[in-house]
Amino acid sequence: MEQHFTTVIVPKTGLFDFHLKEVLKYRDLIFLFVKRNFVSQYKQTILGPAWALIQPLLTTVVFTVVFGSLAGLAPGGVPSFLFFMSGNIAWAYFSGCLTSTANTFTGNAGIFGKVYFPRLVSPISTVLTNLISFGIQFLLFVVFLVIYWIKGDVQPTLYILMLPPLLLHMAMLSLGVGIIISSLTTKYRDLKMLVGFGVQLWMYGTPVAYDMGIVPEKYMGLYMLNPMTPIINCFRKAFLGLGSFDLFHYLISWGVTLVVLFIGLMMFNKVEKTFMDTV
Amino acid sequence: MDELAIKIEHVSKQYRLGAIGGGTLRGDLQTWWARKRGKEDPNSKIGARTDIKIGERFLALDDINLEVKKGEALGIIGHNGAGKSTLLKLLSRVTAPTTGTISYNGRITSMLEVGTGFHPELTGRENIYMNGAILGLSKKEIDAKMEQIIDFSEVRQFIDTPVKRYSSGMYVKLAFSVAAHLDSEIMIMDEVLAVGDMAYQKKCLTKMREAADKEGRTVLYVSHNMNTIRQLCDRCIVLDHGKVIFNGGVEDAIAQYMGAGESSIYPVSYDFRDNKRNHHFGKQIFVNDFRFLSTDAAKFFSGDPIEMEITLDSSIQVNDARVILRIKDRGNYVKYAGSLSEPFAIFPGKKQKFRFRFDSTPLQEDDYCLSLEIVSADTVGNYHAYDNPNASISIYIFQAQNPDINWAKQYWSNLRLPNLQIIDYKQDECI
Repeated sequence: MEQHFTTVIVPKTGLFDFHLKEVLKYRDLIFLFVKRNFVSQYKQTILGPAWALIQPLLTTVVFTVVFGSLAGLAPGGVPSFLFFMSGNIAWAYFSGCLTSTANTFTGNAGIFGKVYFPRLVSPISTVLTNLISFGIQFLLFVVFLVIYWIKGDVQPTLYILMLPPLLLHMAMLSLGVGIIISSLTTKYRDLKMLVGFGVQLWMYGTPVAYDMGIVPEKYMGLYMLNPMTPIINCFRKAFLGLGSFDLFHYLISWGVTLVVLFIGLMMFNKVEKTFMDTV
Repeated sequence: MDELAIKIEHVSKQYRLGAIGGGTLRGDLQTWWARKRGKEDPNSKIGARTDIKIGERFLALDDINLEVKKGEALGIIGHNGAGKSTLLKLLSRVTAPTTGTISYNGRITSMLEVGTGFHPELTGRENIYMNGAILGLSKKEIDAKMEQIIDFSEVRQFIDTPVKRYSSGMYVKLAFSVAAHLDSEIMIMDEVLAVGDMAYQKKCLTKMREAADKEGRTVLYVSHNMNTIRQLCDRCIVLDHGKVIFNGGVEDAIAQYMGAGESSIYPVSYDFRDNKRNHHFGKQIFVNDFRFLSTDAAKFFSGDPIEMEITLDSSIQVNDARVILRIKDRGNYVKYAGSLSEPFAIFPGKKQKFRFRFDSTPLQEDDYCLSLEIVSADTVGNYHAYDNPNASISIYIFQAQNPDINWAKQYWSNLRLPNLQIIDYKQDECI
């Protein structure tokens, strides 16, 4: 008589067997992880979550002074403070997600080594945790936006409705890149060194600290292939009314994102079962 | 047919010896490129140990087949490196088997080593919620169990303190309490009781026994403490070198374990004739060989008398000769301890046999290494060593058969001196 078992552990799973349903069953855990990440992030700090405000504010001030006033890289027509701040908070969300999901396996080796749960829970909750920080920063941005708007310096557009898909877009892209890196770092620690540096380079390849107008025309085709560029542009179009919305490159960006995420899930899936042996 | 809780079929787990890969992407690419061109791997170590080749395969588990019935308490014993922890790791899905299938019914809570993945920054209570969620329980289900868990853990006072401030005992108590109370069908416990105090260990054993008897939960329990295995388990398997070498009754399994394995590591007799001596040793008195009496392997229970025999040749007469037995452990607790025999006389002649008895009571469970020396010494400090064959005699001491207490050697050293005697008791200032 063959008995039925609820769980069967086999050496390998299919390459495309992502267990997304199982992840969904663990949404309580995702929520708890988000809470844990957020709480433990600011434990034993005096200012607590206020750090989420201080960091982008200071960076924006530095950008405004260095890239705006000294180098003159801000476009005309909108207040340069808002220009840099919008780029900054969007980029901060993306890079925050990327660097912390890139750390998934090595950073959680302790808990992964003791108990089972779908490993994907961990990077997903990281992405959601960063969303809280983004929310705080975004509120600050809205305060400044309203002030400038009342003064009549900026004109937000209806593209504001694009905010949720833009966030989803950034979350998926950073998750994809992050889990690719985290899957590789279980064996190769080199990439860990590269992440911080690579993210910074990527930022200079994206119109965060300067206006796109300074990019020479002949490099434009290549430049626009950076999936983050259309996102930042769309973000600025929505809130500052700057530039125009470029559907073609926006769709390319989505395509790249989906491919990266898919590859990421595949690699993650392959590594998660035995990474404890190599980490 | 009884309902099965766990079924393990042809499971093997393979590891590679030595460092895995070069550890850097560059190293691995170099290796790969060299292989591609049929050249020598630039990363292979020159003059590396030849007995263990880097990258050689090692089977931590070798074709394991096992069935566990629902509501059964199964003990798993075996020497270090036998594969016990690997098996539990596979069951708790921390890592995947290399081949074979493991099927089970229901949820598994596990305590691998100490702690079940607590987050140090979170409080005890928050960690209980997290552990519950990891198991797939909802907040409501956890709330229902919360009071029970806190009560059992005996750390109510500290339940809202981050667990990083807990002592190791508190940590284990809470971890066990969580694992025991959350409604999982299968409980996996690896050496969990090593840290808790005696009273708590007893409480845990009772709890696990109840879980199996009354709640019909399945318990897998790994320990080196044979008494707890006896108290808890219905059935016991013995692992050795990744294979199940015994599966059956608890007492038989323990007997098998005691005798099992590398009797070559704990030989009964030694020949010292070819041993190189230092200085003048062995000139006048020469120890030929050594053997333990009345045993098949040099494994003893703490408290057993250990009887041994040495054979020596002598060209002189010594009236106050003694044997000094130096005892060293393989760990870090006892650098040296000595046991000196009573004085005896050695006369000129060949193949003289002397028998000694050593009381092993002070030695707690561990691996020890003995060496011996023939000396003469007196109260004014005259000391002369006649022979020291540079012996290295291995023995293994198991926990006493009926211990008065579970000796926590990790805190108290594994050399137990005679008990402190209470000689007086006054109650002046206490209430």
